[in-house]
Amino acid sequence: MSNFVNQFWASTIDGLTQGAIYALVALGYTLVYGVLRLINFAHSEIFMIGTFATVGVISAAGITSPLAGVGLLLFVLGAGAVAAVVSGGSAVVLERVAYRPLRRRGATQLAALISAIGASLFLQQAVSIWVTSDARTTERVMEKVNLLTIGTGDLRADKLLVFVGAMAMMILLDRLVSGTRFGRAIRATAQNADTATLMGVNIDRVIMITFLIGGAMAGVGGMLYVIFFEVTNFTVGFVLGIKAFTSAVLGGIGNLRGALLGGLLLGLIEEYGASVVGAQWKDVIAFSVLVAVLMFRPTGLLGEALGKARA
Amino acid sequence: MLLEVDELHVSYGRVAALRGISLQVDEGEIVTLIGANGAGKTTTLKTLSGLRAVAAGSIRFDGRDITAMPGHQRVMAGLCQAPEGRGVFPGMSVAENLAMGAYSRGKPAEADLERVFTLFPRLKERQKQAGGTLSGGEQQMLAIGRALMARPRLLLLDEPSMGLAPQYIQLIFRIIAEINEQGTTVLLVEQNAAQALAVAHRAYVLETGTIVKTGTGQELLGDESVVAAYLGGGPG
Repeated sequence: MSNFVNQFWASTIDGLTQGAIYALVALGYTLVYGVLRLINFAHSEIFMIGTFATVGVISAAGITSPLAGVGLLLFVLGAGAVAAVVSGGSAVVLERVAYRPLRRRGATQLAALISAIGASLFLQQAVSIWVTSDARTTERVMEKVNLLTIGTGDLRADKLLVFVGAMAMMILLDRLVSGTRFGRAIRATAQNADTATLMGVNIDRVIMITFLIGGAMAGVGGMLYVIFFEVTNFTVGFVLGIKAFTSAVLGGIGNLRGALLGGLLLGLIEEYGASVVGAQWKDVIAFSVLVAVLMFRPTGLLGEALGKARA
Repeated sequence: MLLEVDELHVSYGRVAALRGISLQVDEGEIVTLIGANGAGKTTTLKTLSGLRAVAAGSIRFDGRDITAMPGHQRVMAGLCQAPEGRGVFPGMSVAENLAMGAYSRGKPAEADLERVFTLFPRLKERQKQAGGTLSGGEQQMLAIGRALMARPRLLLLDEPSMGLAPQYIQLIFRIIAEINEQGTTVLLVEQNAAQALAVAHRAYVLETGTIVKTGTGQELLGDESVVAAYLGGGPG
């Protein structure tokens, strides 16, 4: 227990950094679930594609020494945009190829789930064959300087960037969904798809854009992941994807603010738990949370009845 | 003719729900479709709105064949529906529900909002309240008001009186007549045959997916077999 106290601030900073990435990826699960009642298990691969897109930008830009100031800002905006477009585009193709044909035929949810798992394996193998099956490390894009020491914890510049970047994307998405006409159409589709059609909403278009937005968020998550960890590989999405899914379930799947809350909480729980029982137990802690939530509170923390779910 | 339905067939899997129904609605009319549970009334309206696929037959709206038109485009063509069970978006406020009604037009127009609030002053009082917390009668007002926000040429109403208290039933039928007097054509599906026939210019009787009788509202109100089957004559 004394470790918990000693490492409290360090764990908090790391937990929020990790959790911000979980939350960003969790948004994609929760958005798609909101409109389709489908767990898009290939979403973890969309994140993985985002990490590779970022690695590609770093080598294409010829970055050999850490950036700072305007250069760093331009890199983050540029790489974020590329990762968002590549991941978002992949998610749209995924929906076209793996889900839409099944939906047209009125296939069962189980069929869509199996298709999702197949698509996930396909994307992993495609990247391992066509890109690389080894871990891909990158140049350091920013100095990991300490900005501020809080208790025993160092608030490093890269951790702050990950957290602030993820929060900015989530605020943007929240504004979009709660404050715009198209966001209203997404919520209407989530609450009652048939009635949304009766209002003139093109459901197929809403679904496509939902995949695009969720994919773009995962792409930005991938970029932040690469800046923070400086490494990726074709299986990077697997564990992270399940943790992001856990975050979405913990917060209440279908609920955007729930994904944020769930992601940050899961990051904190993992780090606090690790400080008590050891870092090797991190994944066990995260997945115990998943099992516990599914057993004791399947609607999650902010969960509402399905009919009232806010996408 | 504003709406012409010709020999429409619709099936759920192998079960035929509509077996070749034909009906017409002229500009300015209130036409009602009455029948027992499971006769195919709701299926007819869903098919008209593009939520069900047509197996055979055709739908013409305003001279245009819309049989294969996707549902969301039919709203822009002028065909709007307040669905069975009201379909209020529970997590949205009354104001947002009304804005969804105007979705196909872009931004909700002030004049349309005024019109809805004049018809249903209750909705104005409850603008900020979530749709899911309204009473059944208020939800029905919202469903009709929301459909009006799209400025429909033909308003489809599916069982607007279902599950409502008697004073609300009176109100809803009065409003239907008023909306019609303001120039909107109405196709009304009802189990409450007495009220529907009283307000309608013409009516069709639907039985197991087929139209078995048609006439003016008054004619059918006086028709023995209709009285026996649908106007409190029996369990029908």
